[in-house]
This record gives sequence, C-alpha cells and structure tokens, in this order.
Amino acid sequence: MSQLHDDVLLDVSDLKMYFPVTRGLLRRKVADVKAVDGVSFKLKKDETLGLVGESGCGKTTIGRCVLGLYRPSAGKVLFQGKDIASLPEKKLRDIRRSMALIFQDPYSSLDPRQSAGSIVGEPLKIHHMVFNRGEYRDKVEQLFRIVGLDPAMSDRFPHEFSGGQRQRIGVARALACDPALIVCDEPISALDVSIQAQIINLLEELQDSVKGLSYLFIAHDLSVVRHISDRVAVMYLGHIMEICKSRVLYENPLHPYTRALLSAVPIADPFVEETRERIILKGEVPSPLNPPPGCPFHPRCFMAVPECSQAVPPLRPISDGHEVACIRV
Amino acid sequence: MPELLRVNDLRTQFKTESGVVRAVDGVSYYIDEKEIVGLVGESGCGKSVSQLSVMQLISAPGKIIGGEVIFQGQNLLAYKANGPEMRNVRGARIAMIFQEPMTSLNPVLTIGQQLTEMLVLHLKMNDEAARKRAIELMTMVGISGAEKRIDDYPHHFSGGMRQRVMIAMGLSCNPKILIADEPTTALDVTTQAQLLEMMKDMVQHFAASLVIVTHNLGVVARYAQRIYIMYAGRIVESGTTKDIFGHPRHPYTIGLLKCIPRLDEAEGTKLVPIVGLPPNLINMPQTCAFLPRCSHKIEKCFKEPWPELAPVDGNHFIRCYADTREKK
Repeated sequence: MSQLHDDVLLDVSDLKMYFPVTRGLLRRKVADVKAVDGVSFKLKKDETLGLVGESGCGKTTIGRCVLGLYRPSAGKVLFQGKDIASLPEKKLRDIRRSMALIFQDPYSSLDPRQSAGSIVGEPLKIHHMVFNRGEYRDKVEQLFRIVGLDPAMSDRFPHEFSGGQRQRIGVARALACDPALIVCDEPISALDVSIQAQIINLLEELQDSVKGLSYLFIAHDLSVVRHISDRVAVMYLGHIMEICKSRVLYENPLHPYTRALLSAVPIADPFVEETRERIILKGEVPSPLNPPPGCPFHPRCFMAVPECSQAVPPLRPISDGHEVACIRV
Repeated sequence: MPELLRVNDLRTQFKTESGVVRAVDGVSYYIDEKEIVGLVGESGCGKSVSQLSVMQLISAPGKIIGGEVIFQGQNLLAYKANGPEMRNVRGARIAMIFQEPMTSLNPVLTIGQQLTEMLVLHLKMNDEAARKRAIELMTMVGISGAEKRIDDYPHHFSGGMRQRVMIAMGLSCNPKILIADEPTTALDVTTQAQLLEMMKDMVQHFAASLVIVTHNLGVVARYAQRIYIMYAGRIVESGTTKDIFGHPRHPYTIGLLKCIPRLDEAEGTKLVPIVGLPPNLINMPQTCAFLPRCSHKIEKCFKEPWPELAPVDGNHFIRCYADTREKK
C-alpha cells in the first residue's frame, strides 16, 4: 500500500475554485464563477495526464491551482505529500522549485529585453541552484543542448528566434531546476503545424531521459492530448466527466460528452471519416456563472433523462482506471 | 459538374522595406459548380492572400501583378478593384467569410442592419422584405428566436453565433462561391463541428461551391472533395481528397501527414517532424522552396528551377522532381 502511495506525485481532491463577481462601489459579491467545481485526480511519477476540454471548462485554472498561483476556494492539492492549497507563501517557494510551467504563447511569455541565456538561467539564480559563474554557464549550456538549441545562441534575444525555437527556450527554462512536475498549458497551439511535432517529440524525449518527470498536459486539441498522455481527463464546465487511459479514450469512450467531443474532431483520413459516428451537439456551453443544475452537460446531452438534472453525478469507476461521471453509463 | 472559376498564374506581391514578398507566386486552380474544395497550408503560405486576390481585396503595399481570374466567362482582374462591376461580383456572386467572427462584424450596428445592407444593395429589396429575408436566413443558419435577435448588437452574440451571422451574410445574396477563410479556427471543437456541418448543408441548399481555406487537414478530409496544398506561395499538390490522403506524392504533403497526431493512431506512434522552418518569402531561390526541408531530394532539385505542376496520374498533380511513390 505504501508502495502505491509513494508512486503518487500529485493528489488533487475535491478541488474548487470560485471567482467572485462583484458589483457596485462596495464591491458587493453578487455571484460566483465556478471555474472548477469539485475535481479530483492523481498524477503518478513519470506519468503524463492530459486535461482536455473546451474553453472555459476550467483546465487552465486547475493548472494554476496546482502550481500554487491561485489559492483554491476548497479542496486539497497534495504535491509530494504537502498540501499546496494551505501552505504559506514563503514555504511555497521551496516547493515551486520542483514544478515548472510551459506557456501557450512563446511570444509573450519571454521577456523581449532579456537574452535567451539569462531567461533560461534565471530560475537557477532565484532558487540558488548554482554557486559560481562557471557552474551557471555550464548548466545553461547544458540546458540549451538538451532542448536542441545551439548554446552559441544564448546571447541572442527572443525576437531573433522562430516560434518553435522560442518554445524550446520556454522548455529549457522549465527544466532549469530539475522539476518533478511540468504543467504544459497549450504548449503547441500557437505553433505552425509542421513545428508542433518537433515540440511534442522534444517533450516526449525529455520524459524518457529524465527520471521521475511528470507532465500535466493541458490542451484543447484531443489528438495531441491523446498522443502525448498516458491518461486523459475530459473536462466540462469545471467538472471531470471521464478519466481513462488514452488508448481507451478513443476505443471505448463512455460519457456522452466524450463521445460528442471525439466525433467533432475530424481525422485526416477520408477513408476513416466516411464511416465514423458523428454526433453534432446542440447549443453552446452554458456560462459557468450560472451552470445548469445536476449534470452540467444534461441540457445538451442526447442521452439525458429527467434524473440528470437532480444531482451532479460523481465520478465512479467502470473498470480498472476508467472513471465516468454519468448516471446513464 | 461544369467549371465555375478558373484562376491562372495568379501573382500577388507585397513591397516591404526589406524586400518584395512574393506571397502568391503563380497559383492556378479551378473550382467546379457545387463543389467543396480545400485549400491547405501553414501560416504565411499565401492561401489567404490568394483568396483575397480573387476578391480583389488586396490593399497597399500589396499588389496583384499578374494572372487571370475567370469567373462565368469574365476575367475579374480586368475590373477595377472598386469599380461597379467588381462590386457586383464581390459579396453577391462570390462571398467570403473570415476567421475572426469577433472583428469582422461592425460593433456599432445591429445584426439586422448589417444583414439587410447586402440585400438592399445587391438584390434591391425594400427594407421590409430585406428584414424578413434576414430573419429567414438567421433561422436557416441555426439562430433561434431570430425575430428578437435581429435587433441585437454583435457583442450580444457568442463567437459561434457571430460566425453563424457571418455565414448567413455570406449566403444572403445567393452567391455561386462561398470562400471560408479559416472559418472555425477560433472556435471550440464542438462548435466547429456544428458550423462546418451547417455550412455543408447550406451550400448544398443554395447550390453554391465552397472553398475551405484552412491549416487543418482533418477538416478537409471530412468535407472537401478536392484539395490544393500550398507551400511558399505556390500550389505543390492537387487532387481528389482520396488521392491526397490515400497516396500523397509531394514530399511536403507526405511530411505533413506524418507530423500530425491522429485521434485513431496506435499507441506508441512516433511523430516525424518536418525539419527546419518555412522559408522567408523575400529573395526566394529559383529552386524548390521546400528543398532545405525535403527528405526526398535528388541531385536534380539543386540544379533545376522549381518544376511546374505535373500530373502523376489522372487528376492528381505535384510540383516535384523526385520519385516519391511508396516503395513496396
């Protein structure tokens, strides 16, 4: 049992993140935006968990809660056994050394007035990971090599790099402090199609070569998430609807939302497309300000029954490692 | 189906401080009646500029410097860009919708005012008839409660709904061709599926042709009958959708298909990235623009200029010297 426990790097339980909506001079709270509303999942060492969902489903908010950038309204975020949600800011800094973030936009996430070398090396200084200049230089050089950049380019500035190269700088910066967890928030969606594969492969190779590196991979592109993840959690309006191994996700999706989402993603193969199930959902995602009662998906669901609006269905295991939040499955 | 539009050797350039950008450099293609055609390429390959050129919507420093756009027997490029003949074509017979539904509607006019403008201008309807037609169009593209929503402003609509308005507007004058430039890129996947499905039904209903300009190979695999693949301002491969995906022959197309993850791929599939970067369109060499990234290159590629599109079989064309057939 303890063996199993040691294996878990991140244990999120019943996480809630509400953002207050205020009005008037006195900033009276009039409502809550329930960005994340009771989410639980575990991330093991060396594992990649994909968080996938449409805009506003709360996937980025979860990433920020995990990094301690937001203080959750309720719930626990255990990272290496310590609860990030309740830790004082000072102690957070030590833990943050073991976690890193790769951003979506490689253009705005790098300081245009900082050289590439100093961007990559800054975390080393902040966390006192190096003790003299030689060591610093060696480490930065090593990081450049790991991500496939020429160390001779470390004096250049971000505008001198292409989009793909900039994202490599972002990856090098994330790797600087030998993190145990990297939260990748849409790391490739701003890149050109032919460049995306380079970054995906880089992330995969890193995980193979660095022992004990886990990714929380947040993206809206289901094909990319499925490709890189060991397990995938499908989110809708602040809830996890289904969580399973990525192989199972395509072969045996159970939640009606997962099925609709999968069928909405076209596959680049007209022969496969001819025979695929196509579920076209009606309407649009409701506002998290005023989510529907019961299952958040029931107003658009093609399998809904009256009971669906009664209570939020909990995630329940269907088979090994496959959990679904639906009473109709 | 008879041919509706033929573009011959279209060339569009942009003069910039650092040199002349040949955004569209000798593009030729055709569209048949009631056909759905996909135009695929990465950002900066000239796919949007080629379509804007057909509509004569290129403004300085850009300039169309050559070619023909034959539509219903007339060369559209012979018309003045803002002359009455071109205005009769633009919006009425060839309509275009853009990627950003957020910025392509006027925020200070109601949806009704924007929708009826075209009907009054092109179809000479009176205000009352135009309003009735606008409500009909909005209902057709799936906007519920159109009678009420017609007086709303664009900010009352979500992104998906605005794109529906754009589609209604595009189809309002019963055009022969609808050009959709990345129509769903800014939208969520389930909304994307709703809209594409609706667009397909609409062009069928109006007996129009549809040009889908996109970087998403999945979208064209699902909806297009024929596909043009663009790279560095030129078309590098063209053919039926089944030819392009079943037997891709240009090294760029082959590379693209290997570097995107597929939803139905087997576990442990490795992506094969295309090395290098898309070229800078200033000072392009005479040789093939894909040469530095190509994995099929042969000696001839370095010596000879970029070849013209040549048939490989039937209606399948590539612009390449190398033998890229799959080896058995």
